[in-house]
Amino acid sequence: MQKLLLLGDEAIAQGAIDGGMSGCYAYPGTPSTEIMEYVQHSKEAAEKYLHRQWSANEKTATESAIGMSYAGKRAMVCMKHVGVNVAADAFVNAAVTGVNGGLVILAADDPSMHSSQNEQDSRFYGDFSLIPILEPATQQEAYDMAYSAFELSEKLNAPVLLRITTRLAHSRSGVERKTSQPELKGALPKDPRQFILLPSIARENYKKLLEMQPVMENASDESDFNRYEEGIDKKLGIVACGIAYNYVMENYPNGCPYDVVKVSQYPLPRKKIEKLKANCDELLILEEGQPLFERLIRGFFDEGKPIHGRLNGALPRDGELNPELVAHALGIEIEEGKPIPEMLAGRPPALCPGCSHRDVYNALAVALEPYGDGRVFSDIGCYTLGALAPFNAINSCVDMGASITMAIGAADAGLVPAVSMIGDSTFIHSGMTGLLDAVIKDSPIVVIISDNSTTGMTGGQKSHAEGRLFDIVKGLGVPEAHIRAMNPLKKHHETNVQIMKEELEHKGISVIIPQRECIQTAARKNRAKHKAKKK
Amino acid sequence: MKIDIILAGVGGQGILTIAAAIGTAAVNKGLYLKQAEVHGMSQRGGDVQSNLRISDKPIHSDLIAKGGADMILSVEPMESLRYLPFLKKGGYLITSTKPFINIPNYPELEYLMKEIKAMDHHVAIDADQIAKDEVGSARASNIVMLGAASPFLKMEMSELEDALKELFGRKGEEVVEMNIKALRAGRKMAEK
Ligand SMILES: Cc1ncc(C[n+]2csc(CCOP(=O)(O)OP(=O)(O)O)c2C)c(N)n1
Repeated sequence: MQKLLLLGDEAIAQGAIDGGMSGCYAYPGTPSTEIMEYVQHSKEAAEKYLHRQWSANEKTATESAIGMSYAGKRAMVCMKHVGVNVAADAFVNAAVTGVNGGLVILAADDPSMHSSQNEQDSRFYGDFSLIPILEPATQQEAYDMAYSAFELSEKLNAPVLLRITTRLAHSRSGVERKTSQPELKGALPKDPRQFILLPSIARENYKKLLEMQPVMENASDESDFNRYEEGIDKKLGIVACGIAYNYVMENYPNGCPYDVVKVSQYPLPRKKIEKLKANCDELLILEEGQPLFERLIRGFFDEGKPIHGRLNGALPRDGELNPELVAHALGIEIEEGKPIPEMLAGRPPALCPGCSHRDVYNALAVALEPYGDGRVFSDIGCYTLGALAPFNAINSCVDMGASITMAIGAADAGLVPAVSMIGDSTFIHSGMTGLLDAVIKDSPIVVIISDNSTTGMTGGQKSHAEGRLFDIVKGLGVPEAHIRAMNPLKKHHETNVQIMKEELEHKGISVIIPQRECIQTAARKNRAKHKAKKK
Repeated sequence: MKIDIILAGVGGQGILTIAAAIGTAAVNKGLYLKQAEVHGMSQRGGDVQSNLRISDKPIHSDLIAKGGADMILSVEPMESLRYLPFLKKGGYLITSTKPFINIPNYPELEYLMKEIKAMDHHVAIDADQIAKDEVGSARASNIVMLGAASPFLKMEMSELEDALKELFGRKGEEVVEMNIKALRAGRKMAEK
């Protein structure tokens, strides 16, 4: 059949479409964003009217996917690793409800923090929620797994966690498609109480989930995604999880001399790991992420055969793996090229020339002068780049929504006025609830919702805030006199400084909304218009 | 046949288009391909690279190991040097000499050029100028660089031209012609 050149993300999207998915739910986040974008651009998805709109955040997305599963259709929800924290309540409880239509939760992790605040390993969530985890090594496996995960989910009555990392998400390779499966027709759960997690029912459900554990383990041992590969040299046995397998093979172009267990489905395939232990003198555990299963195999007392991995220093404790690190752990020498010349300068990302956030920071710097530094709580978005020179404008960036709530806490501690800087998409994601806290207490904070009418950092996806910010803020109870609009342009600098000064003096909650469309998004829309006209 | 290339530049300079052109040509030849890209934060004016691997046998790693690249193909002089540890002994450094200065501490171009010229195998051309002279727009400078790399790609010019037709076909005959011209101009410079 036809071979497509796809990013790991795109392979997952195509696999899910071909696997009978009825709805894709997501909030953007690197490196997961391209999955939903692919579904949105897919002709087949459009012809089938698959659900493919962005959600307000990862929690609402996950809950919608659970709802679709309840109604007996196949759903996938996609997010970056920190999004799983936001969705965690729904995620963990979905393991207890079980599924009706197949439910796939995709988490894209970002070891080495290329575009993230941390490098948490989503497999922990799958592990403690007691659900199966799939971790593809190649784009083809990513496709095959997305294709077959719905069925696995239905068979095991559990959501399936599909976990990838940046390298696979954003690397392209040839992918062969399978025949497209029809969508499920939809039917209510056989047990009408399955999704009611009252303690009495939840206890029953949870027992069933525990009873399924040996079945899941067995499924891993039988899975085509897990393989035992015999080597000739029994000095070392390797457990290679996900894409770590590729790095092992890369180092042995003529075949690996050692026994290898390729792991792409969890719980760990017990029989294969036991065989490896029996066959080999020492073990090497390779995980793209935190040493979750190394810890399990090693055990607290670590009294068995010598085990190498991230916990004994054979590999670094942090960061993504790569061919050199794995070579080093295997005792293979690599001849590096020339060193990087010392004169090279770093080239950090920066706010685009002409970006509206620049004008906001320029005005804020002046307005804040009388109050002193250290009081601007920022959020996550392009405006976080205000942390870098020449702006040096912000003092925090923790998690989505935290700008408002941290400002509240700091003001409670006496840091008045406190300022929060948040984007329109982030405000919708998790800022609204915090703002209500501030309204109820009339906190002496100034919330700047820097509205570029897009989700800029992740590539300009549509923001739910569009045209609604004023009404939302007013509806939450901010007094109209303290909801101030401004036009973030150089020529309005003086006016904007004045507005900020007035609101900083106000001893209660204020919201300032500077609105000007992201120049990248505007340019893209223009190009699209131009193209449409040409046709 | 196996070739590992590191593409380098600054976010927005079009290295992914170069990757797509080589990739399309490779796939049309029935070769295996892996191409790791940088998406996300660094695309905002930061340094970006792409690992492009092509082979007639299945490829394992998405990343090229240090000391493993046959070629660094860069659209910017400073960026061409950032990945030197990845370049094989005897590998090619092919770069545009036109600096993209969006930082206050950009090094003296003269020093950068000294480093580039110290490489055993290098091709250094002003792709912007060539693109302007030949096709009237610096926008095609990335394709000029593809042309400059083409003698070392183990591919026929016609295969690359077909790939450009495939990639730019939707944008009309004019755009295709412009890019093919840019490709040939780059090739000519490299052969000098
Ligand atoms: C929980 C979580 N989900 C997603 C992301 C990825 N992410 C980072 S910034 C951002 C969007 C920011 O949009 P907005 O607040 O409108 O600011 P802009 O980038 O447009 O300035 C997203 C989705 C994240 N860091 N954390």
